[in-house]
Amino acid sequence: MTLTFLIIAFLIVAGTAAAMGFRNPIHCVLALTVSFAGIAALYLELGAQFVGFTQIMVYVGAVAILAVFAIMMTHRPGDPETRIFSRNAFVGVFTAAAVFAVIGWAILKQPATSAATQPASVSVQQIGASLMHDYVLPLEIVGLLLTAALIGAVVIAMDRKEDNAK
Amino acid sequence: MTPLQACLLLSALLFAIGLAGALTRRNAILVLIGIELMLNAANINFIAFWHYGPQPSQTTGIMFAIFSIGVAAAEAAVGLAIILAAYRHSRTTDLDKMNSLKG
Amino acid sequence: MTWIVRNLWLIPALPMLAAGISALLPQRSRRPAAGLAISSMGISFLLALCAFANALHTPGHQFFNFNWLQFGDQSLQLGWLLDPLTAVMLVMVTFVGLLIFIYSTGYMEHDENFTRFFCFLGLFAGGMLGVVIANSLLLLFMCWEIVGLTSYLLIGFWYQTPSAAAAAKKAFITTRIGDLGFLIGMVWLYAQTHTLLFYNNGGGSLEQMGIVSIVGQTAIPGISVLAAIGILIFCGAAGKSGQVPLHVWLPDAMEGPTPVSALIHAATMVAAGVFLMARVYPLINYRVIEDYIGIGTPPAVYTPLQVVTWVGAITALFGATVAVAQWDIKRILAYSTVSQLGYMMLGLGVGGPAVGMFHLITHAFFKALLFLGAGSVIHGCSGEQDIRRMGGLRKYMPITFATYGIGMLALSGFPLVVSGFWSKDAILHAAHNWSVSQAPFYMATLGALLTAFYMTRQVCYVFFGSLRLPSHGPVSHDEPHSEDTRHHGAGHPHESPAVMTAPLAILAFFAITLGFLGTPAWPWFQSFLEGRAIEPTTHEPGLAAVMVTSSIIALLGIALGWLLYGRRPVTTCDAIDVLDRAQPQTFRFLHNAYYIDALYAATFIRLTRWLAHLSNFFDRFIFNGVVQLVSFGVLALAWLDSFFDNYIVNFGFDTGWRSISLSGRALAALQNGRAQAYLRYIGLALVALVIFLLWGVAR
Repeated sequence: MTLTFLIIAFLIVAGTAAAMGFRNPIHCVLALTVSFAGIAALYLELGAQFVGFTQIMVYVGAVAILAVFAIMMTHRPGDPETRIFSRNAFVGVFTAAAVFAVIGWAILKQPATSAATQPASVSVQQIGASLMHDYVLPLEIVGLLLTAALIGAVVIAMDRKEDNAK
Repeated sequence: MTPLQACLLLSALLFAIGLAGALTRRNAILVLIGIELMLNAANINFIAFWHYGPQPSQTTGIMFAIFSIGVAAAEAAVGLAIILAAYRHSRTTDLDKMNSLKG
Repeated sequence: MTWIVRNLWLIPALPMLAAGISALLPQRSRRPAAGLAISSMGISFLLALCAFANALHTPGHQFFNFNWLQFGDQSLQLGWLLDPLTAVMLVMVTFVGLLIFIYSTGYMEHDENFTRFFCFLGLFAGGMLGVVIANSLLLLFMCWEIVGLTSYLLIGFWYQTPSAAAAAKKAFITTRIGDLGFLIGMVWLYAQTHTLLFYNNGGGSLEQMGIVSIVGQTAIPGISVLAAIGILIFCGAAGKSGQVPLHVWLPDAMEGPTPVSALIHAATMVAAGVFLMARVYPLINYRVIEDYIGIGTPPAVYTPLQVVTWVGAITALFGATVAVAQWDIKRILAYSTVSQLGYMMLGLGVGGPAVGMFHLITHAFFKALLFLGAGSVIHGCSGEQDIRRMGGLRKYMPITFATYGIGMLALSGFPLVVSGFWSKDAILHAAHNWSVSQAPFYMATLGALLTAFYMTRQVCYVFFGSLRLPSHGPVSHDEPHSEDTRHHGAGHPHESPAVMTAPLAILAFFAITLGFLGTPAWPWFQSFLEGRAIEPTTHEPGLAAVMVTSSIIALLGIALGWLLYGRRPVTTCDAIDVLDRAQPQTFRFLHNAYYIDALYAATFIRLTRWLAHLSNFFDRFIFNGVVQLVSFGVLALAWLDSFFDNYIVNFGFDTGWRSISLSGRALAALQNGRAQAYLRYIGLALVALVIFLLWGVAR
């Protein structure tokens, strides 16, 4: 329970809470970005450098931006002010709290094992090698998946102007 | 509390907050963001176990996290595309108003 | 066993077969029906002659028994019997029956139900012959009932006439009352001797073993079992033979056609009662019992014979007195039959079966002759039956007159010449020698006087004097329905056709000659029947006295009748009878047969009607009430069931489906189309799953 860990944890939680609590969606996304950054810091602290940088690149650099784009495309300034929380929000909060309680209980019930705190170091070369040797199939599939997602997203979100004009 | 347990609790908290947001916010995009947060929490779990697990030299945890990030990104893209399409159809992103599939 | 004894059953079977075939023929096939009946009767007559010839030289009882019903190791046996009694009855019944059948073809010629008539006649003949040959009391009873049935059918032959239908019913019911006693006696006899066969090589009920087993038992104080059985069987005979008090059906039975009256109610069926008593004579005759057991028997055993004798004597006198005051030609003969049946019973009681049967045989012939002659008269007068409206017919119907005269003389007992004299003389002689009392003798003698008197009266009314027939056709209320009123014109009567007069002549011949078979000088009949040689007894002093007495009585009666009715013959229809003028109240009393019918109507019939009303009440209110109660119960159960079904079962089902529907709706409400709600469910499910999975592990 080092100090850095606590600071990072606080950052993450605050960012997340803010992301879920702000009224303006843009503010939410900004808080989300902070949260993603915190998570990346955590990865780095835990020794998974590659994953940390990937996190920043993908999440902060792509997902958050994408979310901003989406918000901007779907948000009309003239929309009436509505509530931000849905009906029966309490049920949702309660459910989430229950889930946290259960998972926390499960975690805390584990016998405390003295884990080795030896810092692990995995080089990018190792990651690349295992990616190509051991995990080549998932790699290909993820490639296929990304292709499909790309094409699919474009197709779904395409503006069908020529259909509407006819 | 061991560091592992701390990490796990953190991820659990993250998961719960993301879940709470996904269950309560009215804006569809914010629900998607909540889902992303849940995925991130799972990723934290993977990395925590990789780090505090018995064989830190194995790359299994890292692989898992990488693939998870990749899939999450794809899923976010597609999800936002769907939301855009739904917004074009019904002119709103309010989830409470999208209940025409009720039983 | 000879051929004839084994095939004795053919004698009743052939007429019954003819009747069966006639029943299937259509009404228009008259000749086949008549032909069948007459030919079957002819063949039966020939067979009866064979049987008679066989019985002549074979003494004793020849029988043929067979098992009819088997229960366990016991069996009910039936059989037939050939002995002298059977033989003479067979010949008489078949011969007289044959003659009457031939007569009926002429008499019933214009009747539309000709075929039905011959069918019933055949059935009757079969039944009567069955009674005669039966070796078992049960078989006899069965054929007895057949005879009773056919009597009902034939009396009510013209059933459209209400009086005929009522007379048929009366005959059947009255004989039924007698048959009840018969049945009880039969069952009692079976219980005592365990066999109903008459003769069975020593095991029959009339033989030594049977009687010895009954003797000595006393039913109620004063009457032994044997006497009681005898009296009960006599009840049946009294009903069938018209003894007082069950005689009331015989006069009304004249509603039937005249051949029926001749055959059934004169010659054969009514004689069946006398025949029955002759058949079971060993049961009721104390001398026979003494022979069997050789000790002195108590006087209670004499009772059945005494009952038979007294009832016969009373009936004889009763019938004779009533016949004096009748106007209908057939009614006179009917009451005469009642009287003569009394004579037969009297003769049986005092002198044994030989005496009674002798009179039965001779009576059959001359009474049939008289009835057929009356039928010829009715036919010739186009349906007229009232003697006040007839007269002087001897000029128009000579053959009928001659034969009727012979019959009348035979019935009156004209000395020496006719059969009736010898048979009646035998009865009077036996009555005179009766040890118990002389009263029956005096009653019989008085009856004989009256018999001669009323027969002369009848003959004078019908055949002498001037013709009183109304010229517009007969309007008598006793007219039978289908008499040939339309065929012969009113006016002069005419002689009947040959098919009717030939039997009259034959019967007249036998009415004269048969008597010579049983004279005291040559008692062939008695010895044949009793199976032992009887010496001719011409020199008994009592015998001569009785013969002289009966001759004087007969002549006196005829003379009286001639005096009152023949010397100054009646000229007009409405002339009042001599006796009526002298003693109108007595005459009325006799005319209405001592008002016995009225007495019965006021007592028994009223009682029966009251019982019928009571039963109706019972049936309507009590049984009906019970049935209605049960039906109400069923209805109540049905209502309860419906209530149960409606409210409880339906309620259960309704609640069931409603709850299912409700739960379905509730579940459907979960699906509200909002994705966040689904997510919440998943979250909750996750919580539950984790708890479930880790609960056991955590412990």
